[in-house]
Amino acid sequence: MTWLGQYAFDILLAYGLSLLLIVGLIARSVMVSRAMRRKLEDAGE
Amino acid sequence: MSIWEYANPRRFMAWTAKVQPWAWGIAAALCGPGLIWGFFFTPEDFRMGHSVKIIYIHVPSAFIAINAWFMMLVTSLIWLIRRHHVSALAARAAAPIGLVMTVVALLTGAIWGKPMWGTYWEWDPRLTSFLILGLFYLGYIALWEAIEDPDQAADLTAILCLVGTVFAVMSRYAAQFWSQGLHQGASLSLDAEENVADVFWFPLVVTLAGFVALFIALVLMRTRTEIRRRRLHAISLKARLA
Repeated sequence: MTWLGQYAFDILLAYGLSLLLIVGLIARSVMVSRAMRRKLEDAGE
Repeated sequence: MSIWEYANPRRFMAWTAKVQPWAWGIAAALCGPGLIWGFFFTPEDFRMGHSVKIIYIHVPSAFIAINAWFMMLVTSLIWLIRRHHVSALAARAAAPIGLVMTVVALLTGAIWGKPMWGTYWEWDPRLTSFLILGLFYLGYIALWEAIEDPDQAADLTAILCLVGTVFAVMSRYAAQFWSQGLHQGASLSLDAEENVADVFWFPLVVTLAGFVALFIALVLMRTRTEIRRRRLHAISLKARLA
């Protein structure tokens, strides 16, 4: 990533942490949503 | 048909089932190309060098962090005035999204601030009001979790939301209110003179639109989850009483 110049580490750190947090939020929302739908189906809804 | 009928839980589940895939699709179609465009195909800034690429995460996340609170304000007011349960649940659903976006904006701002300002943190008006907004998000989520009665929780969190709005407004306008801060003015504005150069502006607008679509998709999904959770709670109460 030398083309990113002297700030390569800062840029990659910012993108890495942000994507981790946002993808984590999406993944957790999807998992909880599926779990809740399954529970409701099991309850006969 | 009145617009409020869409807030009926059954109707809400029906129309969001149709809208939600579109919101996810638009979010993916805008966020992916916007971030790739900004990261790989934009030049260096003459002052900031390649660190300007952080703008494509920092500005959209800060925009969502502030506007998620305003969305919560509107839905909280609807709850307080019209007692629509779905609006209270939508506010609850949006809070974790706002919190994550606040953390992202603070982290990317700190990482960007070190090479540009020489420090990760400064008690600058915009940074400080943003940090307080993040604490309000935490308090809001904690209050929902702490109170068992859902209506009472919705009432108290709605009042907390009204109070926290002061800091959401300050986060948005602090850079204009106080000139002594380190943080620069708005990168995006309806006033063309304030905007960043076009070469950075176009991918930024695409990414920003993608983040808005992502926020809508997440709020719809999480509100549906909250409705199901409440339905499940009602079923278990009914079974216990039978």
